[in-house]
Amino acid sequence: MFVINCPYCGEREQSEFKAGGEAHIVRPKQPTELSDDQWAEYLFMRKNIKGVQFERWVHTHGCRKWFNVVRDTSNDLIKAVYKMGEKPPTK
Amino acid sequence: MRNKYSLFSLVKNAFSYHENWGKAWKDPEPKKEYDAIIIGGGGHGLATAYYLAKKHDMKNIAVVEKGWIGGGNTGRNTTIIRSNYLWDASAGLYDHALKIWEGLSQELNYNVMFSQRGVMNLAHNLQDVRDLKRRTHANRLNGIDAVYLNTEEVKKFCPIINTSPNIRYPVLGGTLQRRAGTARHDAVAWGYARGSDEMGVDIIQNCEVKGIKRNGDAVEGIETTKGFIKTKKIGVVAAGHSSVIANMAGLKLPLESKPLQALVSEPVKPIIDTVVMSNAVHAYVSQSDKGELVIGAGTDDYVSYSQKGSHDIVEGTLNAILELYPIFSRMRMLRQWGGIVDICPDASPIISKTSIKGLYFNCGWGTGGFKATPGSGDLFAHTIANDEPHKLNAAFNINRFVSGDLVDEHGAAAVAH
Repeated sequence: MFVINCPYCGEREQSEFKAGGEAHIVRPKQPTELSDDQWAEYLFMRKNIKGVQFERWVHTHGCRKWFNVVRDTSNDLIKAVYKMGEKPPTK
Repeated sequence: MRNKYSLFSLVKNAFSYHENWGKAWKDPEPKKEYDAIIIGGGGHGLATAYYLAKKHDMKNIAVVEKGWIGGGNTGRNTTIIRSNYLWDASAGLYDHALKIWEGLSQELNYNVMFSQRGVMNLAHNLQDVRDLKRRTHANRLNGIDAVYLNTEEVKKFCPIINTSPNIRYPVLGGTLQRRAGTARHDAVAWGYARGSDEMGVDIIQNCEVKGIKRNGDAVEGIETTKGFIKTKKIGVVAAGHSSVIANMAGLKLPLESKPLQALVSEPVKPIIDTVVMSNAVHAYVSQSDKGELVIGAGTDDYVSYSQKGSHDIVEGTLNAILELYPIFSRMRMLRQWGGIVDICPDASPIISKTSIKGLYFNCGWGTGGFKATPGSGDLFAHTIANDEPHKLNAAFNINRFVSGDLVDEHGAAAVAH
């Protein structure tokens, strides 16, 4: 259990949010030209990092907006929060 | 067997106040090279080593474990064993395991306390009723025992369930697999450890894998905290940490590791003599031989390796438990814990070769791996020894995520994932 600092609403309990998985997985620009391996990579394969991971969250029981979170998955400490479309922090 | 457990050995050791029992397994330092190395000393990993030695005559093998054996998910699950899965592939896999469970204590000369007390799955709405009936038929076509019970029969089988039509999620029926039940989880790890040690397998604890050495597209060995160990075959059975090991080898897996929680109550006199699971409200409960209620909660939706979960998950589970069993309203919970479960997109496991020669993965068991321990070990050992899958685990290959031939047990497996 932890607190997430929603960029629109401020600090709220994690239970108000839904996790949306790994961030920055770009939807293929030319889906019709993708091989099965590339589809598998896009749809299913995940880094599933133990350590600092970039991920998407949505404030389901609040503003219902999506945003990005940088979180250490080994201890659930949040390093940074940034809005959709913004560049991820480099450190 | 060096130290065969029997009534005779029990009496004999009683004379020395049980102070002279031999060690159940050695604590060796790693050799320079093994024919095969299993990464992960949980139930599945130890079972793999056991069947490699027993059925495939591979004696020069090691199990490396970063902590102590059975200290991960093997000791953290809710010990439920059943095989009432919907799809043919899953039914074959889990019933194979259940058949081994039935003779496991005798085979290992170690009491794994396998108790076929039955597992009942509840239906709370019309769709549940249809799904459960469908699954019952599918089970019976696959030779797996299953019966559908109406509300009165559910009440008769487990009288403490609240079957009032006025509760939020009324009990409309359920299924029962009588051959299903529970086992003592630690004993499974200990029994397999003792059995494989007896056949010459080295069980190396406190030995964390730091890297996988490759030569082109074949494995050469593993880097560990106890030095480099050479091998041509590596079987990875690392549960929640499968992706971590895969990343060392430059592979990506279709897994997400999430916290799954469970809790036990204070011990009480026998009150529930079966296992009751509810998919819709996600609550399941059984009673341990010590008398504790063993309660399983759901997974959190975020990736975490912290072995902790969120409070609201436990709260939701206990709400459901209390509505279904008002008699438990004044029970106190003694302990709560989390394990890290590796979940596949189709909620079915992977027991498979990989694109790297000599590297095999047994992972993705998600929330329900304990029940499969003996079968998983047996089939994974077959896969490693022959470099090709057994027909029972052929469907659980890693390429299904490319071909699209998924074993989609999500929700169909009688419990929400």
